[in-house]
Amino acid sequence: MEKRVVFRSRWLPYALLAPQIVVTVVFFFWPAFQAAWFSFQLQDAFGLRSEFVGLANFVHLFRDEYYLNSFKVTAVFSVLVAATGISVALLLATMADRVLRGALAYKTLLIWPYAVAPAVAGVLWGFLFAPSVGIVTYALRQTGYEWNYVLNGDQAMVLVVLASTWKQISYNFLFFLAGLQSIPRSLIEAAAIDGAGPTRRFWTIVFPLLSPTTFFLLVVNIVYAFFETFGVIDATTQGGPGQATQILVYKVYHDGVKSADLGGSSAQSVVLMAIVIALTVAQFRFVERKVQY
Amino acid sequence: MNAKKLAAALAAAMLFSPAAQAQTEIQWWHSMTGALGDKVNEIANGFNASQKEYKVVPVYKGAYPESMTAAIAAFRAGNPPHILQVFEVGTATMMSAKGAIKPVYQMMKEAGQPFDTKNYLGPVAGYYTDSKGNMLSMPFNSSTPVFYINKDAFKKAGLDAEKAPKTWKEFGMAAGKLKASGQQCVYTTGWPSWVHIENFSAWHNLPIGTRENGIAGLNTEFKINSPEHVKHISMLAEFAKNGWFTYSGRRNEGEARFFSGECAMLTSSSAAQANIRRNAKFDFSVNFLPYHDDIKGAPQNSIIGGASLWVMSGKKPEEYKGVTRFFTYLSNTELQASWHQSTGYVPITVAAFDATKKSGFYEKNPGTDIANRQLMNKPATANSKGLRFGNFVQGREVIEEELEGAFAGKKQAKPALDDAVKRANEILRRFEAANKS
Repeated sequence: MEKRVVFRSRWLPYALLAPQIVVTVVFFFWPAFQAAWFSFQLQDAFGLRSEFVGLANFVHLFRDEYYLNSFKVTAVFSVLVAATGISVALLLATMADRVLRGALAYKTLLIWPYAVAPAVAGVLWGFLFAPSVGIVTYALRQTGYEWNYVLNGDQAMVLVVLASTWKQISYNFLFFLAGLQSIPRSLIEAAAIDGAGPTRRFWTIVFPLLSPTTFFLLVVNIVYAFFETFGVIDATTQGGPGQATQILVYKVYHDGVKSADLGGSSAQSVVLMAIVIALTVAQFRFVERKVQY
Repeated sequence: MNAKKLAAALAAAMLFSPAAQAQTEIQWWHSMTGALGDKVNEIANGFNASQKEYKVVPVYKGAYPESMTAAIAAFRAGNPPHILQVFEVGTATMMSAKGAIKPVYQMMKEAGQPFDTKNYLGPVAGYYTDSKGNMLSMPFNSSTPVFYINKDAFKKAGLDAEKAPKTWKEFGMAAGKLKASGQQCVYTTGWPSWVHIENFSAWHNLPIGTRENGIAGLNTEFKINSPEHVKHISMLAEFAKNGWFTYSGRRNEGEARFFSGECAMLTSSSAAQANIRRNAKFDFSVNFLPYHDDIKGAPQNSIIGGASLWVMSGKKPEEYKGVTRFFTYLSNTELQASWHQSTGYVPITVAAFDATKKSGFYEKNPGTDIANRQLMNKPATANSKGLRFGNFVQGREVIEEELEGAFAGKKQAKPALDDAVKRANEILRRFEAANKS
């Protein structure tokens, strides 16, 4: 028996798809191709002269140790953001799941930060930790700790990780909470009757059952750390001090928009595109196999 | 409600002002905010009221890098503004964009407007002229770094508040006493590369780069890793370690720390004066930048920063006539003197400087003439007349990054400056390759 819906008309399916395809082509494929094309060129800022230079932009990039360092910064940053974001959210979700009285209030409060735009989150945290007027800076100084993230690279990294994670925890929290609530009570009760304590119940029953959620969040968080944290960084450290928080996507913006080096910046975005494709393939091929649905 | 009223008012204004249609509109993109932004609007309104044919429309387009990027994008789309305010580090990029700009001297000549570069203050004009002495852009807001001290903090530390440190040696002794008196932040700076690399070089008559700091050609190289530069930066790194120097950031973040009283000494733009005067609740003085007395010829003269107005290409002759009229209006002595006195920027014409002097303004407002005197301390040399490096937006950023490494104690001054030279030279080579004609 034929279950699929069959279109009789030849053009109707294409017509229905057309808007989506047009949007994808105009806003995704066209810019991507243009970036790829620019990455083989050397141009002045105004586009008055451009010259085909083959792979020169890429050679230049990979000879630049500061660009290579940017990979390391990005890796450290995204691992920290994803790991902290996921584990803190999981902890909060498990706690919130147990709360009996006032559960709604807790949940609502925990979800709030998600409504804050990354740039605003950056401004907020940047202000709390500002070297001269920040309230946290003041508190730290009382304990004798010198906090100055505009000069200390590690402190700057802590700040951007904190601001980026804080915002993402709410999102992760929502998914974990939904995941926890979909775990049948009977399973946990059965384990409890068998004598398993709360910790053991969590690691042998709850955590494995949450693994699809965790995997999904891992992908989303890495993508978030790669691209959406741009606003946080632009509002706080702008990649500095030195290049301590210069993640790849910020460097693309910096070189292309601020420094008007279109060729170099396009080459970087091509590299970034390749990384994202590779990461996605790897995640779905290798990590997903270990996930129980 | 308010928005509706505004819309109605706008609609009414459009309906009832048919004269506006006949006027030639001139777009002016700028980056001035706050009191400076008001001043820009005031200038445009003054010009619009002075004649009927042209109407200058000032548009705030974001900070300097943003407005430049916006203008580049607009040029690529075929619709640039007539006048664009570009900060000094963008000068070389604009000069090389030969098809995108209309040189000011050429526009003036075509419009039959007499125009003599000599009327403009030497250190200012020198920055924006080509090798033949032709003015390519119109100087607008120019400043130079000066040295501010908090006199109250000096008194508290038992120092003579009337004697600001003249040399870095004296500076060190004062810093020690200030720290001992419980001053939490002794010294900070705005614009580290501009003050401690670019102006440090000019002030000590040392080259920033070869080929007259890049003014003589694109094939220039940075020279900022000389023993003198290394000595200066390692001194600052040492100060940072002693707690005598607090790093505040790459822009003017340090200014707020000075006028709040947190930091006792500051080196930053002379244009910060208006803001400091308004906010500081203590007595302060404006002074020459400190120098190293063991470097021969110091102090030389300092160099400017700020921005100039560029005219974009591809507009109608009638519109260029309007721009010419506007620039002439902009250079008039009265307007320039008032701009200088209210903002702390240096006057761009010699006449405006003389007029301000004659009016007794400098006696009444001590410190306001320091910038001019420092710029004209000695006749400029090849090392101190200015600088012109391709894509210096990126180059300066590289220098800032390396300075941060040195000040944080992560790198020694010598390797930091060596790396800065190496990286910044690569940027120059790329710029040269992209702009060879």
